[in-house]
Amino acid sequence: MRREGSPFQGLGTVFAKELTDNISSVRMLVLELLIVLTALAALYGAIDNLRTNTAEDPFLLLRLFTLSSSPLPSFVAILGFLIPLMAIGLGFDSVNSEFNRRTLSRLLAQPIYRDALLMGKFLAGLATLAVSLTALWLMVIGLGLIFLGVPPGTEEIARSLVFLVIAIFYAGVWLSLSMLLSIVFRSPATAALVALGIWLFLAVLWPMLAPAFAQVIAPPDPRYMALGLETPDTGLWSQFLLRFSPNDLFGEAMLAILSPTTRTLGAVFLDQLRGAVMGAPLPLGESIMIAWPQTVGLIASTIVLFVAGYILFQRQEVRA
Amino acid sequence: MSNQVSEAPLAPDDTVIVADSLSKRYGSASAVDKISFNIKKGEVFGLLGPNGAGKTTTILMMLGLTEISSGRISVLGYDPARQPLQVKRRVGYLPDSVGFYDSLTAVENLAYTAKLMGLSLKERTLRIADALKRVRLDDVAHKRVATFSRGMRQRLGLAEIIVKKAEIAILDEPTSGLDPQATLEFLDLIRELKAEGITVLLSSHLLDQVQRICDRVALFQAGHIVLMGSVAELSVQVLGAGFVVEVEAEGVGIARRLATIPGVSNVETVAKDRFRMTAERDVRADAARAVVAVDGALRRLSVDEPSLEAIYARYFQGKTPGDVRHAA
Repeated sequence: MRREGSPFQGLGTVFAKELTDNISSVRMLVLELLIVLTALAALYGAIDNLRTNTAEDPFLLLRLFTLSSSPLPSFVAILGFLIPLMAIGLGFDSVNSEFNRRTLSRLLAQPIYRDALLMGKFLAGLATLAVSLTALWLMVIGLGLIFLGVPPGTEEIARSLVFLVIAIFYAGVWLSLSMLLSIVFRSPATAALVALGIWLFLAVLWPMLAPAFAQVIAPPDPRYMALGLETPDTGLWSQFLLRFSPNDLFGEAMLAILSPTTRTLGAVFLDQLRGAVMGAPLPLGESIMIAWPQTVGLIASTIVLFVAGYILFQRQEVRA
Repeated sequence: MSNQVSEAPLAPDDTVIVADSLSKRYGSASAVDKISFNIKKGEVFGLLGPNGAGKTTTILMMLGLTEISSGRISVLGYDPARQPLQVKRRVGYLPDSVGFYDSLTAVENLAYTAKLMGLSLKERTLRIADALKRVRLDDVAHKRVATFSRGMRQRLGLAEIIVKKAEIAILDEPTSGLDPQATLEFLDLIRELKAEGITVLLSSHLLDQVQRICDRVALFQAGHIVLMGSVAELSVQVLGAGFVVEVEAEGVGIARRLATIPGVSNVETVAKDRFRMTAERDVRADAARAVVAVDGALRRLSVDEPSLEAIYARYFQGKTPGDVRHAA
């Protein structure tokens, strides 16, 4: 049975309203402060490090993103950890709060489809995240200019822009996951707890569990162990399992984009090294090619999770 | 609009809602089972029955907010399942215990839905100011809804329907949980809507309110419409007559004596010395004479207009109590 009228009617209105809500909310302010403060600390460490022992580096700006000076992790690692928190904070009560406030049936009695409501909320969330991430990005570039005094090159800007786009999609994965949970669970507290649980599992536990599982699936070969090397099969399995976590995909893509010398993200075959000048940077196009599967993985998970939420939302009964 | 339902019209021109053996099933349980009704333009139609009898489900099917399992419904000539936007553009809905965004003001809340209706800035500013005046919320127009009482929220919900200039207003339990004063005010507002020619569909389990404003009612029970018509029609159909006279008197053999009064069809002993007579005319004078005749002490004598309460009670009296419980 075909329905009449555009599913996008009212999308702009919902988008504008949700964006206003998101940006003016105290919750968003707190999350932004958290990210800015930790990122500033990481940047400070990186700048300090760069100033004291800079050799001739063609990608000085990119070092700002990736350099870690203990005890602080690098800027990118902090983002990999905190972006999900921000996305979960935006999404975990987006649909169930409308139920609990009893505004949902009133909204859906207006001449719009449910599509517009869900899509508007998602796009508003994504736009909010994009705005905050862009602000962070500008902050990094600005601080780099002020403290390092070296204007960034075209390729550096291009690479850091690619970083920005991938980071937004990484946020998208977590936003659609938390929105899905806000559709499944009527109580925002449950949705938030489940989302945070998944986040902790993927960010903290999975990197420890994946190698353990890999050893079960492909037990290490004693001959490799005797040489102090990792068994190739175990390593491959471990990487395969790790890639189920968006955090890992984000980390790998960032590695390829922000460290131009990265030639591969997996095992290296001998013929890939033939003719390679070790330590020489790859052109941007090649780096993007290396990060492409990870990027597509992030985009695809965003879409799949959103579609799952969309289907559930369409089938959900409106009455509380 | 040219995209009216192409199938043959189900009913004459002045009919705005037609339901034809409409059903809604959840798995094997059926929430609404083959109900049919017509609602005419400009009438106030009451859906009544216990909670869970299928009133809200019927309303949601009219708005295309829940799928129809079988049967047909047409609202203003449109099919809500296929043309929900056309229906929702013309029908205003006030849900059961309506909610608003607490952090926004009354005007901002209405502005959001008015934007969703597709009204221009100028148009919605005018309509919102007018609607808030109509529901007497103009003095709190710029206050946050968080501070509003339940009655004010219900009125704000009604303002939304006025902003929409809806042809049909569907009100789900509009007065439940309101204090008597707020209820009276709200009923007045519903009468004002009717005076403007808006068709009002209202669901409630509060019988005397429904009776006060509804032209016709449909009585729901466990997903069926068991009775439908005006209160006067129903009273004849169920009570068999129009007048119920209550006698409170002490004495011997009063009930037997009362039953002999011409025109009395039934005498019921409600309590030890209270009797309820059903009659086709006002038999108070005869009843008084009858009590005096058996040397009884007459304490009270009253006549009831046919009430929905009585119809409802009488109708379900015949049923086993179990039936009624399941519906609740």
